[in-house]
Amino acid sequence: MDGTAAGGPAVNGAAPGMPPTHGLAGLLLLADSRLPAGGHAHSGGAEEACRTGAISGPEDLARFLRGRLATAGRVAAALAWSACVAAHDPKFPDMRRPNSHNTAPDGHAHAADAATAWRLLDAEADARIASPAQRLASRTQGRLLVRTAKRVWPSTALGTLAGAVPDGAHHPIALGAAAQAAGCTPAQAAMAAAYTSVTGAATAAVRLLGLDPVTVHRVLAELPLADLTDSVIAEQHDWSALPAHAAPALDLLAEQHLRTEVRLFVS
Amino acid sequence: MTKALVRARAILRTGLDDRGLTRIETMRSDPPLTLRQTAPGEIHLVSTGAGPLGGDHLRLDIEVAEGTSLTVRSIASTLVLPGTGRSLMEIHVDVASGATLVFAPEPTVLAAGCDHRMTTTIALAPDASLFWREEIVFGRHGERPGRCHSRFDATVGGRPLLRQEFVVGDPESDGSPAVFGTARCVGSTLITTETPADEPKSDPREAEVAEGVAVLPLAGPGTLVSALAADAVELRARLSWGESRVSIQADSPARATVGLRPPASRFP
Repeated sequence: MDGTAAGGPAVNGAAPGMPPTHGLAGLLLLADSRLPAGGHAHSGGAEEACRTGAISGPEDLARFLRGRLATAGRVAAALAWSACVAAHDPKFPDMRRPNSHNTAPDGHAHAADAATAWRLLDAEADARIASPAQRLASRTQGRLLVRTAKRVWPSTALGTLAGAVPDGAHHPIALGAAAQAAGCTPAQAAMAAAYTSVTGAATAAVRLLGLDPVTVHRVLAELPLADLTDSVIAEQHDWSALPAHAAPALDLLAEQHLRTEVRLFVS
Repeated sequence: MTKALVRARAILRTGLDDRGLTRIETMRSDPPLTLRQTAPGEIHLVSTGAGPLGGDHLRLDIEVAEGTSLTVRSIASTLVLPGTGRSLMEIHVDVASGATLVFAPEPTVLAAGCDHRMTTTIALAPDASLFWREEIVFGRHGERPGRCHSRFDATVGGRPLLRQEFVVGDPESDGSPAVFGTARCVGSTLITTETPADEPKSDPREAEVAEGVAVLPLAGPGTLVSALAADAVELRARLSWGESRVSIQADSPARATVGLRPPASRFP
């Protein structure tokens, strides 16, 4: 299973035979900052960057967001894409797994296998987030998103994921599973992950520095969200080979932020 | 004049001698990757040629056999130069049960115009011990670096421990306060530690952070020291500080070989 043409329209989205609006309503709801899943409490390192002076105006913010998108955003998009493909696949988890035995995809054995596969994808996310502060922020947001999404869009995949990773799956994985539940394609899940990797930080900077919100929205509009998402989808890796772009400055900011006394944002 | 593209593959393997000590089983140099034994269980990489230059493909395989210890260093930094196409340096490492590998070469310096790819794949047995330092310098003094894409993958018993990629010379991330900021070098040291599962829940490993450096306990059995700096000297100082904060087992050969002091009290 590699999500290419054989995966069909439900997987790829491009969708011969699908209505042009396929998945869009779910995507809008998921990506909306008003989704009650706690995303507004996180600045993705922007609060600490503002405090230390690394971001002091729209130009710095633009560079911050471009770098964030090219690293954490790329990784998040790839993980969300993979999680959404997995949630869509009726044969999951008999895919992308070393030593996968071809047991029939039904019953308890299947549920246990699916849980194992979710934990494996979650471990791949863990290995890509060196900073404990960032892992905590990612799991906290993932847990809240799964809790919310399970009530909004009840689904098997979300239930299995919540059971497999009770402390909270990493946010991009939760987002991928929630996207499937919301009727989105993996491409839309990847786009939502790329989008949320920069919008929270941008909004935080507006609030912290009193920047002009229109200027900041223009910065967001100029980010290469679609190019990034397209290139992530085109790569279509095994889980072990998914992008792993590191951002050492974000790691430092996240750890310093936890140790800063006065904080408006959780991360 | 065009230089012939270099294809080189050097191999390094350890084994146990009849007294149970580490001996170098295989030491195959392939210029410009030349290996020299400088002490028992210690090898220095001696570059016997310029580069890598664009188009060169260099590969180093390291196998550390069960119960043996190996230290790999280098005589000088590696200067990556432009040439015909992209240069590649790939390192494949296997560290068996009860074995220790210390890999601490001098930095890789990215000269202007270079186009370099580095891949490192490390497979560790569950009780293998690793100290792996990697330093990348963005150009010689006052020089803008070329392009470099590095990927590092370490697994323990087949489970992912750390996967990270760095891209230098990409307009999307260069100068970004989220990625390297104003730094001119990036470095990291991966040190394996005891399995978190063996630790009491009440004693979580704490991250530590100082100017330009963080000590980051990973989700798996390892700690990453990650640093950014203005120059190679500052980078090494920051990494060394972080390395000294990592509590690896006191009797680990890794500690003795890299001269790590026991960390100062974590709760002063």
